Amino acid sequence: MKNYVIIGNGAAAIGCIEGIRSVDSEGAITVVSKEPHHVYSRPLISYYLEGKTDLERMNYRAPDFYVKAGCGVLRGDSAVKIDSAAKTVTTEKGKTLPYDALCVAAGSSPFVPPFEGLDTVENKFGFMTLDDALALEKALTPETRVLIVGAGLIGLKCAEGIRDRVKSITVCDLADRVLSSILDADCASVIQRHLEENGISFLLSDSAARFDKNVAYMKSGAEVGFDVLVLAVGVRANSALVRDAGGEVNRGVIIDTRMKTSLPDVYAAGDCAEGYDASLGANRVLAILPNAYMQGHTAGVNMAGGDAVFDNAIPMNSIGFFGLHIMSAGSYDGDMTEIKDGGTLKRFFVKEGLLNGFMLIGGTERAGIYTSLIRERVPLDTIDFESAEKIASNSIFSSEIRRKKFGGVV
Amino acid sequence: MKRVYVNEEWCLGCHLCEYNCAFANSGARYMTALKGKKIFPRIHVEGDDKITFAVSCRHCEDPICVKSCIAGAISKQDGVVRIDRTKCVGCLTCVLVCPYGALAPGEDGVMQKCELCLNNTCGAPACVTGCPNKAIVYEERSEAE
Repeated sequence: MKNYVIIGNGAAAIGCIEGIRSVDSEGAITVVSKEPHHVYSRPLISYYLEGKTDLERMNYRAPDFYVKAGCGVLRGDSAVKIDSAAKTVTTEKGKTLPYDALCVAAGSSPFVPPFEGLDTVENKFGFMTLDDALALEKALTPETRVLIVGAGLIGLKCAEGIRDRVKSITVCDLADRVLSSILDADCASVIQRHLEENGISFLLSDSAARFDKNVAYMKSGAEVGFDVLVLAVGVRANSALVRDAGGEVNRGVIIDTRMKTSLPDVYAAGDCAEGYDASLGANRVLAILPNAYMQGHTAGVNMAGGDAVFDNAIPMNSIGFFGLHIMSAGSYDGDMTEIKDGGTLKRFFVKEGLLNGFMLIGGTERAGIYTSLIRERVPLDTIDFESAEKIASNSIFSSEIRRKKFGGVV
Repeated sequence: MKRVYVNEEWCLGCHLCEYNCAFANSGARYMTALKGKKIFPRIHVEGDDKITFAVSCRHCEDPICVKSCIAGAISKQDGVVRIDRTKCVGCLTCVLVCPYGALAPGEDGVMQKCELCLNNTCGAPACVTGCPNKAIVYEERSEAE
């Protein structure tokens, strides 16, 4: 009987457990979970504050999941060392866990720049974990003025989640636009306007020079008074365990398309890993939940002796703010075409006859068809791409392709 | 496992499947309850003036929507891809990943999808039963050649 150890208890870990169990129903699985909670959907913390879900419904899997999957969970403990020669993991509480196969699904941690005077700020919060959200919730009143540092996905979802519970929200970012990791300047300005119409204020291309208790003194000279500070600047992969064990690490733990690290029998998945991005043609950290699950599942299957390859990962995000949905996928490298129709804006990036990326603001119906064109490397000259740009539909395929897609089991 | 398939050469493009689907999932006693209302069916007729076909969930062997749902709301149970609408937060990630364009939000903004009428009192897919030209069938098939 094999011993499996999984470091982490998020989507990648669950994918790993389900991957292992699809091959091996007997082996012992031990999950090392830093957080004490049952596995919850991390991206739902903003929806929790918004009142769109609750603690029970946030469970990513049913309460009896671990029991049914036959795995032990070390809650509130964390891995401190991997000994790849002895094939053991040591935990903070002093346990030594032997493994035949290990998956590092340790996630990422918020990156906090060394702001001057940050230690004088009393009410400051991160926005990564459920405990962060619960702590932030306690500090909010209808009179609270909130300053959020970071206009990325995390900062803006936080803003949306708490808007109706506070007096004002200001978001600042060193970048010149919102959502700079997924949107270009034009699309970002549309979203910024929409957020402003919904009561969020912005200070862009600006950063705090120093904090003094309840005031941020910005580099631009502006002074922002606040009661609560949320730090959502960015995240860094938790790759130190693998690096210290002698494994290859760049921005994340480097993995191949089977999720193997450079250490024998050690796999990695999710936000801590740097895997192949098919739209980029190179490795990068793809810190999104679907990718975490799929990497985890692939790792699990391979750890249990199966043969799984995940070689068509791409960045993809679907995110809504105050009723307006944005989707993005792939890389924005290639010739751009734009379709504008009323309130919707679509931008497509075509490279060497293939769709390489897109951004959609509104007009998200059946967008998965676009995503599949990227992931499956569909030559655009085999479909009616001109119609596709206007509206995603299965009419863009020939009847022959459609017969394969819809005429049998897929 | 039986799934819903559409023979597109027989599809009339009449959209009756959309009405039968919306009615089956509405809980209404008579179809006239839908008259004059915007409907939110789980099957959609696509196409142009030359060819039409209805599209609903493929109940894939390896469903990417299940793996991608950020809320853990979509699962596969006995081969059927089901959604727990109480867990869905309407982020549309499933729409972004489904290669068939088979998911769409319901009237309340919460996602809904074809669950082969197992989630209502029909017992068998209403789109199939009501298709006037028998273009939509419910049967066992293997992979398309």
